[in-house]
Amino acid sequence: MSLISSKTGVQGVSCRNINMSYDKKLVFENLCLDFEEGRCTCLLGPSGCGKSTLIRIISGNKSIVYTGDVRFREGVNNSEAVAWMSQKDLLLPWMTVLDNVMLGAKLRGEITLEVRQKARQVLADAGMADYETCHPAVLSGGMRQRVALLRTLMEERPIILMDEPFSALDALTRLKLQDLSAQLTRGKTVILVTHDPMEALRLGDRIVVLGGSPAKVVADFKPEGSVPRESGGPVLVAEYPRLLQSLLCEDVA
Amino acid sequence: MKVVRFVVLFLSFVVCWQILVVTTGVPHYILPAPGKVYSALCNEWSVLMPHLLVTSTEIVLGLILGTVLGCLCALTMILSPLLKKWLLPVLVMSQAIPVFALAPILVLWLGYGMASKVAMAVLIIFFPVTSSFYHGMQRTEEDLLELSRMMGAGSSSILRFVVIPNAMPAFAGGLRVAAAVAPIGAIVGEWVGSSKGLGFYMLQANARMQVDKMFAALFLLSVASVGLYFLIDFLLLKIIYWEKPRELYHE
Repeated sequence: MSLISSKTGVQGVSCRNINMSYDKKLVFENLCLDFEEGRCTCLLGPSGCGKSTLIRIISGNKSIVYTGDVRFREGVNNSEAVAWMSQKDLLLPWMTVLDNVMLGAKLRGEITLEVRQKARQVLADAGMADYETCHPAVLSGGMRQRVALLRTLMEERPIILMDEPFSALDALTRLKLQDLSAQLTRGKTVILVTHDPMEALRLGDRIVVLGGSPAKVVADFKPEGSVPRESGGPVLVAEYPRLLQSLLCEDVA
Repeated sequence: MKVVRFVVLFLSFVVCWQILVVTTGVPHYILPAPGKVYSALCNEWSVLMPHLLVTSTEIVLGLILGTVLGCLCALTMILSPLLKKWLLPVLVMSQAIPVFALAPILVLWLGYGMASKVAMAVLIIFFPVTSSFYHGMQRTEEDLLELSRMMGAGSSSILRFVVIPNAMPAFAGGLRVAAAVAPIGAIVGEWVGSSKGLGFYMLQANARMQVDKMFAALFLLSVASVGLYFLIDFLLLKIIYWEKPRELYHE
């Protein structure tokens, strides 16, 4: 395991004593969970266990009432800590692909020639140079999500929160996007929520399974090898049944 | 194809009208034949034009002013939930009172000139514009606002780049209704008290039993109203380029 443990040993995100209830039901009770810096941690769990809620708490969503502490690594400004990507691409249909990629800078009024050039570059690197001036309506689901990924990366935040980002895509597109995502987010602190054990095994430096009510960590392990792992590779073949089993045990629904 | 459809519709309407007049033998002071209306239109052209100009100006001014005021009101309600609580009842009340009942009062206050007619048009379109714009903005997806917040956007740029464009399709619906009903305000205003405009002209013609002239004025008014509607519709489709009009069902 030493191969994949954090080089710095620093925690990118620390959640301490998170308490939260929803509809008089406890979702988290004194939940403590750390996320290693520069690594991709996959949060797995049955639907409704609170994994999405947890990353919304980390994102600073003000509509969620909770007690406890979310801390980022020292030196990280809270308001510039996270970038977020959700299952829905959230592309603005009235903006071109290029403008969508630069949305953050546009909203902050920071559009400069450099930003524009950088956005062009990331689009070109992702093979989407020809679509710069198109509107999202002409893109396929996979392309839209690719643009959303690039928009997330353009923010250059140290922490990237991903909430089932590829779950609405077909299997082939999903594999391609997982590879692209793993390649582009390398070195960042990524927290990826997924319900797909295969996705977790492909992308996770560490996999955390949440379960029960209130949610607890029921499994926490670091599969070997570097991400993205091959879909038919030995780690996936070995770990998949085990992971599926621990998920099935937790899924009471 | 669009023009052909229009011509066909118009011609069949005229033919039906002619058949109705011929078969029922209805007197010309009840329903004049299309030919009579046409000659009235030609004879009165120079008289009708200034009246049309007045009414069109009232409608367009009312539409512009009503849209601006409606948008400001909707923006106020979006930006200040507290003010919204006070504004909403006023807004609903302004719709509960029939505009027709207000017409005499408006004429009394604002005079026989254009102002009272513009005010009528404004009153009539204020609600559809405000309501559609407000609800359009309010329906902005929560996640989109969250995303903008995380990107460090201020509320004014969220409004400008996200919320307002998001409201445009709904707003367009309200504006189309406004364009269609704005002429009502102007005409009713003219009926109640004026010395110019197509409404005034029609009232005068009516008093003299010159029904053909009334119809000629009505025809001009319809052309102006339909023209205004299609102009607004055309502009909205250009502005909201990302929403392509589509048919739900195909033949």
